Amino acid sequence: MITLEHYLFLGAIIFTLGVLGIFLNKKNLIIILMSIELILLSVNINFIAFSAYINDISGQIFAMLTLTVAAAEAAIGLAILVVFFRNLGSIEVNKINQLKG
Amino acid sequence: MVIYSLTFYLFSSVAVLSALMVISAKNPVHSVLFLILSFVNASGLFVLLGAEFLAMILVVVYVGAVAVLFLFVVMMLDINFVKLREGFLQYLPFGALLGIVLVIELGILFLTDRSSNIYNNQIPLQPIVSEVENTKMIGQILYTEYFYLFQICGIILLVAMIGSITLTLRDKGGVKRQNIDSQNTVDASTAIEKKKVKIGEGI
Repeated sequence: MITLEHYLFLGAIIFTLGVLGIFLNKKNLIIILMSIELILLSVNINFIAFSAYINDISGQIFAMLTLTVAAAEAAIGLAILVVFFRNLGSIEVNKINQLKG
Repeated sequence: MVIYSLTFYLFSSVAVLSALMVISAKNPVHSVLFLILSFVNASGLFVLLGAEFLAMILVVVYVGAVAVLFLFVVMMLDINFVKLREGFLQYLPFGALLGIVLVIELGILFLTDRSSNIYNNQIPLQPIVSEVENTKMIGQILYTEYFYLFQICGIILLVAMIGSITLTLRDKGGVKRQNIDSQNTVDASTAIEKKKVKIGEGI
């Protein structure tokens, strides 16, 4: 029997993997962006599981909004990455220190 | 019900394993491909929960657009990925500890709520039962109750589009461009010049 807990655990595991990805790949900006996508996916899983749980369609609407924001974030993030690579010739995160005042 | 459980465990285990491979693969191209696998399995879970429209949107938007965007960037930029993995093993013990703590904490959070009345965990999760299909239900509520959110979504996407274009556009020198304004203002008096050429001489 699959209950709400199962989906919440799945969301928690994927969320943790996303956080872990940011920790482990501290230098690679592309993997960090993909980890953020994983975190947003876990949020979507939670939204839709709760939508089925309380028998309300609104959760699916909010999952759609999350999807929109995730797509916009990926586009902007990759654009920043491309500009960064053009200027410095590398995507190492610890080299992003030019913005400090 | 058994088939439902088996399908859930299949999809979720593949999603978790591929998510693990996303953060641990050596080659970023493999990472992107595992991300695609993870999203496809998540969309399978969405179908199990009765959110068919979102499942299809997930496949179209993520596998069709975002993942391909990632692939383009990974393949087009000439990045030395071996150098970028240097700190991986150094942070692994600390990261693993942090991950285990986070999972256990979240798990305890879900398990301890079992006693409260509003949160009955013992009923199986079922898709929303309704006469109208999922897509129609979303459409009926999205364009009425959540209309402003829908509009804000459009503005967010527009801003993202303009932002990424202006960030990556660069003005290369030496490009010849068409000046339509000056082309349209040309008439016979400025375009044609009459000259009297004497015999035996050039202009």
